Amino acid sequence: MSIQGWTFLIVGLSFALYIGIAYMARAVSTGDFYIAGGKVSPLANGMATAADWMSAASFISMAGLISFMGRDGSVYLMGWTGGYVLLALLLAPYLRKFGKFTVPDFVGDRYYSRTARLVAVVCAVFISFTYVAGQMRGVGIVFSRFLEVEITTGVFIGMVIVFFYAVLGGMKGITYTQVAQYCVLIFAYLVPAIFISILMTGNVIPQIGFGGTLADGSGTYLLDRLDGLSTEMGFDPYTDGSKSTIDVFFITAALMVGTAGLPHVIVRFFTVPKVKDARISAGYALLFIAILYTTAPAVAGFARANLLETVDNAPYADVPEWFTSWENTGLIEFNDIDGDGNINYTPDESTNELVIDPDIMVLANPEIAQLPNWVIGLVAAGGLAAALSTAAGLLLVISTSVARDLIRRTFVPDITQQRELLFARVAAGGAVIVAGYFGINPPGFVAQTVAFAFGLAAASFFPVILLGIFSKRMNKEGAICGMIAGIVFTAAYIIYFAFMFPELNNSENWLFGISPEGIGTLGMVINLVTAITVSRFTKEPPLEIREMVETIRVPRDLEKGSGRGDG
Amino acid sequence: MKTKAQQYWRQNLIYLAILLAVWFIVSYGAGILFVDWLDQFRLGGFKLGFWFAQQGSIYVFVILIFVYVYLMNRLDKKFEFDEV
Repeated sequence: MSIQGWTFLIVGLSFALYIGIAYMARAVSTGDFYIAGGKVSPLANGMATAADWMSAASFISMAGLISFMGRDGSVYLMGWTGGYVLLALLLAPYLRKFGKFTVPDFVGDRYYSRTARLVAVVCAVFISFTYVAGQMRGVGIVFSRFLEVEITTGVFIGMVIVFFYAVLGGMKGITYTQVAQYCVLIFAYLVPAIFISILMTGNVIPQIGFGGTLADGSGTYLLDRLDGLSTEMGFDPYTDGSKSTIDVFFITAALMVGTAGLPHVIVRFFTVPKVKDARISAGYALLFIAILYTTAPAVAGFARANLLETVDNAPYADVPEWFTSWENTGLIEFNDIDGDGNINYTPDESTNELVIDPDIMVLANPEIAQLPNWVIGLVAAGGLAAALSTAAGLLLVISTSVARDLIRRTFVPDITQQRELLFARVAAGGAVIVAGYFGINPPGFVAQTVAFAFGLAAASFFPVILLGIFSKRMNKEGAICGMIAGIVFTAAYIIYFAFMFPELNNSENWLFGISPEGIGTLGMVINLVTAITVSRFTKEPPLEIREMVETIRVPRDLEKGSGRGDG
Repeated sequence: MKTKAQQYWRQNLIYLAILLAVWFIVSYGAGILFVDWLDQFRLGGFKLGFWFAQQGSIYVFVILIFVYVYLMNRLDKKFEFDEV
C-alpha cells in the first residue's frame, strides 16, 4: 500500500477510536464535565496528563530544534520536565485536597476576593487561547504534509474531531481519549527512534545509543563524531553551548515554573479520587513524559550526525532519496551558489547553500531509516494525537473558566446544573471556533506568544498558589498586588522586545542579559517579593481562611469527614 | 507541645527541602552552572555535564517524585492522616 493509503487508514482508525471512546465516556453532570466526576485512576490520569502536556511542538518540533541548538536545547528538556517536580511536591496534593474544579476557584476562595478570581480567569483564558492556536495550526500542518490537503481543510477536520469529544464528553471524554492518544503518540515516536538508533549505533535503546559508538565499526563515539563534523564545517561543537549561563538558567526556570502554573495541567490533578492519587499520578505523568523527553535529544543527535554526514561536501547528484523527496515539500532548500555541484553547508550566510526546516528531523526519520510505509502513517497519527489531546485540554479550561468561574461564580450564582452544563458546552464550542480561526489565520507571532504563555503562568499562577498553601499570613491585598506586579512586568518586557522593538532584541539590551523567554522567572520573583511585602503591611486574612489553609495541608481531616464539597 | 498536624507539616517541609535541593543540584547545578566543569569527566560517549543537561536530570526528576510519594505515604500513616 502507498504512503498515502497507509496514512489515511491509520489516521482514520485512530480518529474512529477517539470518537468511540468519547461517546462511551460522555458527560452527564457538571462534575463529569469539569473533573470527570473525580474518579479517574492515577495511572490513567498520568497518561492523560502526559498527552495533555505533550503538544504538536513536543512531538514534531522539539527534537529538530535541539538538533540545531546542541547543548542549548537542554533548556526545553529540563524546563518542560522539571516543572513536574514542583507540581508534584508543591501544588498538586494540596489543590486536590482543596477539592474544587478550577484554578480561579482556588485563587478566588483562598484570597476571599472576586477581584483575585477575575484576574485569575483572565490569565487562564489568555494563556489557554495563546496555546491552543498553535495546536490547531499543528493539526493543519500535519494534515497538509502527510495527506496533501490544504492547511485550512486540515484545521477544519481537527476542529470537528475536537468539537465532538470536548463538547460532548467534557473532561470525562477528554481524559479517556487522551489515554488512547498517549499510547498512539508514544508508539509513533519510539518506533522510528529505535530504528534510527540501530541504524546509527547498533543499539536498540536510543538513550544508550546516543552515548555509544558508531555502527560503522570505527569505534568513534557518536557525539565525538558529531562535535568533529560540526567544527569541521564551521559550526560550534554540538555538546557546547552558545547561550550565556544566566540566560540558560532563567529560561529553564521560567519554563519549569510556567509548566507548574499552567491551568490545563493543574486541573488534571482535580480528577483523581484522593490526595495520595494526586501525588502518584504526577509521578506517572512525568515518567510517561520522560520516555519521550529522553528519546528526543537522542533523535536530535542521530538526525544531526546523519544530516551532516550526508551533506558534508557531497555532490548534489549523490544525495539519498529522502533528501529529494523533502526538497519537494520546501522543507529542504538547496541553492548552488558557487556552482560547483557540491553541497556547502556552513553557518556563514553568504556562502551557505542549504536551508533546513528543523521539523524535518522527526518527520523524515522513517524515510532516513528506510522503514516501511505504515510507519510514516503512524508518525502522522502520532503528531495528530499530540496536537488534538493538548487542544482538547486547553479548550476545556476555557469553557470551564467561562461557564463556572464567570457565569456561575460571578454573574448568575443560582444557575441550575443543567443550564451550567449547557453553558459549558456552548463555551467549549465557541472556543473551538475561535481556536480554529487562529489556526487558519495564525497571528505572525506564534513563537513569541508561547514564551508569553509560560512567562505569564510563571509570573502569575505559580507564586500565588504557592503562597496560598505555604503562607497562612498571605492575604488578598498581597496576592492581588503580587499577581499584577508580576504580570505587568513580564508582559511589558515581552511586548517591548518581541512586538515593539524586535530590532533591539539582543543580549546587549536585555536586562541582566535575560532574554524575553526567561523573563518570567524574574516576574515570579517580583510577584513573590511584592506579595510578601504588601501582606506584611496589611491586615491578616480572616480566621476561616487560615483554618482552610490548615485543612488543605493534611490529606485527611481528623474530626470532620474528608468529602469533596461543592460550592 | 505541637499538634499532630503541625508536626506532620514540619516533617513534610523537611522532606521538601531535601528533595528540592537535589532537584536544584542536578538541573541548575550539574546541567547549567557547573556543566563546563563536569564536561571534563566522561560517561561512555557522553561528556558528563552534557549528559546531566540532556538525560540525567530528567531521570532524577522522575525518581524524586516517586521517593516523595513513598515518604509521604509513610508519613501519612505515621500521623494517621492516611485516607480510607
